[in-house]
Amino acid sequence: MPELLLEVLSEEIPARMQRRAARDLEQRVSDALSAAGLEFTESVAYATPRRLCLRVAGLSAASGATREERRGPRADAPEAAVEGFLRSTGLERENLEVREDRKGKGGRKAEPVKVLYAVVEKPGRAASDIAADVIPGVFESFPWPKSMRWGARPFRWVRPIHSILCILSEDVDDGQGDTDGHVREAGPEPGAAEAEPPLARIVPFEWAGIRSGDRTRGHRYMSPESFSVACFRDYRGRLAEAKVILDSVDRAERVRTNTENLVSELGLELIEDSELLAEIAGLVEWPVVLVGHIPREFLGLPPEVLQVSMREHQKFLSVRNPGTGRIEAFVTVANTETADGGATILAGNRKVLSARLSDAAFFWDNDMRTARTGMKPWRDGLASVTFHNRLGSQADRANRLERLAGSLSERVGAQPEAAESAARIAKLDLLSEMVQEFPELQGRMGRRYAVAAGYEPEVADACREHHLPAGANDPVPHAPVSVAVGLADRFDMLFGFWSIGEKPTGSKDPFALRRAAIGIIRLILENQLRLPLHDLFAAASSDYPDLDANDLIEFFHDRLKVFLRGAGIAHEVIDACLAMPSSDDLWLLVERARSLQDFLGTAEGTDLLQGFRRANNILVAEERKDGVSYQLAPDMHLVELDTERALFSALGASESAIVKALDVEDFVQAMTAMSRLRVPVDAFFDAVLVNSPNPVLRRNRLCLLNRIREVMCRVADFSKIGG
Amino acid sequence: MSIDPARPRCFQDIIFRLQNFWSAEGCVILQPYDMEVGAGTFHPATTLRALGPKPWAVAYVQPSRRPSDGRYGENPNRLQSHHQFQVLVKPSPQDLQDAYLRSLGTIGIDHGMHDIRFVEDDWESPTLGAWGLGWEVWCDGMEISQFTYFQQVGGHDCRPVSGEITYGLERLAMYVLGVDHVMDLPVNDPDSPIPLSYGDVFRQAEAEFSRWNFDVADSGMLLRHFEDAESECQRIVNTPETDPATGRSIVLALPAYDQCIKASHLFNLLDARGVISVTERQAYIGRVRALAKLCSDAFLKTEAGGACL
Repeated sequence: MPELLLEVLSEEIPARMQRRAARDLEQRVSDALSAAGLEFTESVAYATPRRLCLRVAGLSAASGATREERRGPRADAPEAAVEGFLRSTGLERENLEVREDRKGKGGRKAEPVKVLYAVVEKPGRAASDIAADVIPGVFESFPWPKSMRWGARPFRWVRPIHSILCILSEDVDDGQGDTDGHVREAGPEPGAAEAEPPLARIVPFEWAGIRSGDRTRGHRYMSPESFSVACFRDYRGRLAEAKVILDSVDRAERVRTNTENLVSELGLELIEDSELLAEIAGLVEWPVVLVGHIPREFLGLPPEVLQVSMREHQKFLSVRNPGTGRIEAFVTVANTETADGGATILAGNRKVLSARLSDAAFFWDNDMRTARTGMKPWRDGLASVTFHNRLGSQADRANRLERLAGSLSERVGAQPEAAESAARIAKLDLLSEMVQEFPELQGRMGRRYAVAAGYEPEVADACREHHLPAGANDPVPHAPVSVAVGLADRFDMLFGFWSIGEKPTGSKDPFALRRAAIGIIRLILENQLRLPLHDLFAAASSDYPDLDANDLIEFFHDRLKVFLRGAGIAHEVIDACLAMPSSDDLWLLVERARSLQDFLGTAEGTDLLQGFRRANNILVAEERKDGVSYQLAPDMHLVELDTERALFSALGASESAIVKALDVEDFVQAMTAMSRLRVPVDAFFDAVLVNSPNPVLRRNRLCLLNRIREVMCRVADFSKIGG
Repeated sequence: MSIDPARPRCFQDIIFRLQNFWSAEGCVILQPYDMEVGAGTFHPATTLRALGPKPWAVAYVQPSRRPSDGRYGENPNRLQSHHQFQVLVKPSPQDLQDAYLRSLGTIGIDHGMHDIRFVEDDWESPTLGAWGLGWEVWCDGMEISQFTYFQQVGGHDCRPVSGEITYGLERLAMYVLGVDHVMDLPVNDPDSPIPLSYGDVFRQAEAEFSRWNFDVADSGMLLRHFEDAESECQRIVNTPETDPATGRSIVLALPAYDQCIKASHLFNLLDARGVISVTERQAYIGRVRALAKLCSDAFLKTEAGGACL
């Protein structure tokens, strides 16, 4: 089967864009080929710093021929109509067929009329023609997050393009043996040399002023010569000979293995950082791992400072000495092999690192001096750091946080004094030199400085932990002081931005308020906190006079729905619970929703929901018809049938059990009590005619249906749950 | 005085080599612009010439002032005035990266021995209303250049696109010459009868300007000058094109742009002086950008800007 190989060789593609670009190339080209009627067995894309590559294997040699019949206007239709039809089909008048047609309007049989028909036959097209046709279109609209023009041409790509390789190879084997993730070592494989090279044809097109060909280049420095390739297997092998590892997974793996070998020889261990590893794989075509020791004078710096400084500025991996537990070495990954085995490169990198770490050490020493003397310059400095021009300075914010944390302390089980004092110092590290240099160290430095300033451990820990959870995978703190400050921090953001009308809209959420709300939700749920939002908002209203509490609660409910969808709880289940009292108590709301979701998953649940709907549908219809609502208590004396009587008493029993369970917030028990209605409700509908000809009986039965609705709606509003 | 042909021995040798290289590549070698600027990009040979359709190729050294980076000549890496070597070629040639790598070879950075990388870094100048895509170039983990394809200047799309390369000369020289403190860099050949180091030449200026920038400059005066430069720039671009003295049509883009450069530097001084609050900062940047835009609009009406007169 033919195989298509496409490579765009460009100037360096930003590492963060490569993976996505490979996926987009794969999807868009394969979609376009399919849309043009080609089939294939597999398509895989690759990215290196300088190339995007796509292999489409098992491609059909041509698209199938198509035949389309189209009915046109009547043969005696006005000339304009016929011309329009000809235009739309691309045919001449003499190509049209005239047929007798009996189809009339509205399905009636009509007199036969003469109608024009067009038969459009399209022959199959060669895969090469189709590829040459669709690929430039894919390039033209390629979704780079940021693209640019270059030279005097109007084309856009992520960086200037140097060559385009596009070939179609015939009779290529399925290549299975070569897609197992291993890079072929330099030199042809034994036996492979004798194999007949497959016949490759250039898929001819031009884009961005570049004609497609069958040539590419190797590594920028080590093997810059151009060479031609015959198929994907040949391409990948020759690239490896030319010091380019095509697959980023292979490059990352090579970095990991070589690093582990090198550091274990030194008796050290690599600190895992798969994100950085992936980024490094996007920065080099031929990874060369070099290990260096961190100069001794910097080993006393906190490990997070070493790691962040090395990672963010230099893209170095950190290496730990298991003996001392300290980070003592670094790994830099070069893109090239040198005559001196990387000695010059390593020396240069070590020098840059020393300069960086001298800065860090300078910041650390200064900060620790300030911390040990009580952090006064930072306290004073908060007033001159703007939080937001309409929400005042960080000092204003610290005051609000202190009051909020104090008022929350009792509910989370913290000492008010501890919570207040932690809230007061939680943001001080913003003023430290280290955090100004490395914003990502905010919190971690705060904890260290608070310890140095002599604060209690729980207060110091809160300086770090109140930032958590920052992302979906972060743990949630449980220490009461940390929880109090964490909640205060996020509530202040939401209250503040809500009161000045800066709410998130659509994709815009510049202050990360959605994340703040999710943080609160997780803090509440995972610490099982009882925190009715209305009470909290009312207590805080003096600090945030223009806060629209209901609107904010609605925002919380929306966030909660998104959050719980991940936990398998449907939106409508939450809607059914939101309609119940105390829905501003998020823990209670979620307890109810979880039990309800579980209940609806049982046979009783599904059945009873059917019963509810039936009762509700009848009621809604009859109430509309009669213009009254059947809300009176049904009269036991008017009950005629056993099934009615059974339902009547079941409702009573169930209701009192439900009320009892709800009183102690035992939703599982409430659901169980409700589930006992299943049998009597089913039996009722089987045996009883609600719309009895006797108006008195009918009214009483409608009132009985209303009781089903009433009793079940004590648990949740089932009318919100659709089919 | 013997100069090793393979490796430069001093700061000025690096400059000569870069000038010779880019001269051989066909660039006009210009002199620094005779005003205080924050970066080589501000030279009208870059900012304005990147606009319009006419081909252009220049290279020049530009002393660049960053008042808030002053450290009294004591910090090994920071200066309130440093030197940039700037190259601008329009339209950007297909082999600009290769030419750049060869230029590194001429100053002793051979990619056979060093790890030279192009790391994503998109350039933006909010004061010039300009942006481009490109990289910072790393040599053995150190940033040695900025490489940018200009996409917009003064709010106008660049058509064609210019390729811009900026070498940070002090840092590059320190690396090539193996010097750890900028003040220890040899400026002329160390074997000269009178060998002079960077400290001999520039330390005093660093100390004096650091003091003036941070503590002595009269901020009231700087503020007035900023406003003067701003209104003069606006007045210049609004001057009728027809010159009553000669009867000719002369658009005034360059004199207006000089005022824009002044305003920009005065803003940097005010910033270093610490009299601009965080919120005001954005407003000042916006005011300079508005001037840069006016000047760019005017330049596009000139012959150099490609207007048909």
